[in-house]
Amino acid sequence: MRNFIALENMNAQELTTLIDLAETLSEVLERPIKKVPTLRGKAIANVFFEPSTRTRNSFELAAKYMSADVINFQASGSSVEKGETLWDTARNLTAMAIDAVVIRHQVAGVPGLLADLLNVPVINAGDGMHEHPTQGLLDLVTVKAHYGRIGGLQIAIVGDVLHSRVARSDLWGFTMMGATVRFVGPPNLLPSALGAPMTSNLEEGIRGCDVVQVLRLQNERQKSGAVPSMREYREKFGVTQERLGKWAPDALVMHPGPQNRGVEIDSEVLDGPQSAVLAQVRYGVAVRMAVLYRLLGGTHDI
Amino acid sequence: MTFSETSPSDNWHIKNVRIVDPYTHTDALGDIFIAGGCFVSEKLPEMLTLDATGLWAVPRMVDIHVHFREPGQEHKEDLVSGSRAAAAGGFSAVAAMPNTDPVIDNPALISWEGAHGREIGLIDLWPLGAVTKASAGKELAELALMEAAGAMGFSDDGKPIASGRIMRAALSYATMLKHPIVQHAEDLDLSEGTVMHEGQISHRLGLPGVPAAAEAAMVWRDVELSLLTQGRLHVAHVTALGSLEAVAYAKRLGGPVTAEATPHHLLLTDQAVSDWQASPITKVNPPLRPLELRDALRKAVVTGLVSVIASDHAPHHDDEKMSPYPQAPYGISGLETSIGAVFSSLLHTGLMDPLTLLERMTSGPHQALGAWYPGVVPGARADLTLIDPELLWVVEPRTFYSRGHNTPMAGMQLKGKAVATMLGGRWTMREGQVLA
Repeated sequence: MRNFIALENMNAQELTTLIDLAETLSEVLERPIKKVPTLRGKAIANVFFEPSTRTRNSFELAAKYMSADVINFQASGSSVEKGETLWDTARNLTAMAIDAVVIRHQVAGVPGLLADLLNVPVINAGDGMHEHPTQGLLDLVTVKAHYGRIGGLQIAIVGDVLHSRVARSDLWGFTMMGATVRFVGPPNLLPSALGAPMTSNLEEGIRGCDVVQVLRLQNERQKSGAVPSMREYREKFGVTQERLGKWAPDALVMHPGPQNRGVEIDSEVLDGPQSAVLAQVRYGVAVRMAVLYRLLGGTHDI
Repeated sequence: MTFSETSPSDNWHIKNVRIVDPYTHTDALGDIFIAGGCFVSEKLPEMLTLDATGLWAVPRMVDIHVHFREPGQEHKEDLVSGSRAAAAGGFSAVAAMPNTDPVIDNPALISWEGAHGREIGLIDLWPLGAVTKASAGKELAELALMEAAGAMGFSDDGKPIASGRIMRAALSYATMLKHPIVQHAEDLDLSEGTVMHEGQISHRLGLPGVPAAAEAAMVWRDVELSLLTQGRLHVAHVTALGSLEAVAYAKRLGGPVTAEATPHHLLLTDQAVSDWQASPITKVNPPLRPLELRDALRKAVVTGLVSVIASDHAPHHDDEKMSPYPQAPYGISGLETSIGAVFSSLLHTGLMDPLTLLERMTSGPHQALGAWYPGVVPGARADLTLIDPELLWVVEPRTFYSRGHNTPMAGMQLKGKAVATMLGGRWTMREGQVLA
């Protein structure tokens, strides 16, 4: 593995290695002194062209828990605003002896193209509607930690699947690991031809499934005319305690965040016993440690 | 034989050549005689002889959809580099789109372009004028005055005419003109923010896609307006099933509608976007379509429903094409791969015979633009392309005469290539080398 761009086309063995590694590394987070020397002397650049709190912090902490040095680059207030291309920004960073670039960009495909250009590993922290592979991986780890397995499980992904990079990474990751994925959402927010069964009936979509991954409904969907109102969306697709109790009483509930409480998911569910959202965040750090470890070839003991 | 060994005043005897002349419906082995810039009927004294065994001679190959970028964007292309690219690609005539900066929307600019083209002298440069002033889609430009100054057609290409009222006015007005209204058909609301064909590949790559319906809906509207007004409509670069159906409908009702297909839409599919890892080199409008649409388009070219093949040659600077997908400009530099891509798609696949195929690049486009040329007959101006139909070659954009190296065909092996181009009895290209 030289870069980490997408879960699509990763094989089960590669995924299993990363999942196992993440499970091992998650133990570091339990230690009183959360610092291992694994990546001492390595420098990592977080290059974010889109706002992000969770993912950027998660990458930064993952690197720091392994003793790497981290810089955070944000497009606003930078040379990008002076017209520098992102390719030059990245080349300049690597000229400063950076060992890996973590990039989030609003355009699908940019991390892949960047990986071709640079001679250091590139990690995709989310590109447009394409993929968010560390999120996909942390979802796999969360499910495996809960069920002890992934194969054979039924995963329902509910919401604006069309615009979701998380849904795509989840689809490829869970499918490769032997689970079955279905998409649930308004017909105009479901991608045709991705190979997963789709439904616009929430009951049909989540009944009997083992995992419900709820996606954020972005406010701009209403402005662009794709969704009539938040009220109507909640009525048709909101995951409430009542519905969950009726249709998927044992399912693990996940959400990649940030959540709109009371729209796609109710607080009762989010903070309830079926919710794994904080486990997702915690495993997110472990997964990013695992990816950095694999790419930067950690030489010290964990 | 190289240029230095010949002069413009030479007379030629091209022997043992397969003459594929769609203008006279001829496909036969024979000899061609050229003197004083024209075809003549027999060998004259002091003719230079060229043995063209294995080659085809095709008169006046024309590409009626190119962007030469001058004035205003000469870093992408200008009339000189564009003319060279055309000659290198095997064309003796091209029609250049007016979406320059400023837009070619008045008779003075048409005259300037025509004169500059003649001065360069490598091709017959046919200026197209804008349909509306500044291609803003609000008021008709001076169509009749531009035609008098040499405009061979009218188009707001790149900025589709969204207003049905203006399109109706343009088509209606065009009934008193010789040349057609050429429309880039696209519902801009439906395509806003999109960068490729909407389908399996776009969903997988996460790039925003446009459905073929965005094109077809506009073609249907334009066809209805053409039938209403009887104004001549030429539909640029069709790619959608609905567009083909609309053109067929117009033809059934006897409407004055023609349509064109590009070599890249005939050769490639949206799989190229994935193969190129979402590099904007594949970004073109209309977008590359999936296999079933590409094959339907091939079939429409075979049957003649689509009677024109034109490259939509759209050169861009490398730096611009390096931007991330949404910011990168649309377009493929296509003049120098046109024959190879078309032959690879339609001839070597066994879908078409040479004469019918070359109709789409000669008499078909002439008819679409309301132009006329007699073919290889004594007295006609000797515009001629020699093609090696079997030549296998690999596309190397760095060797293009065009300033635009942007093509997803880079690295592909194509079969068929122009090996010489002649304009008015004078070679403009021999064995890949363009004169001057």
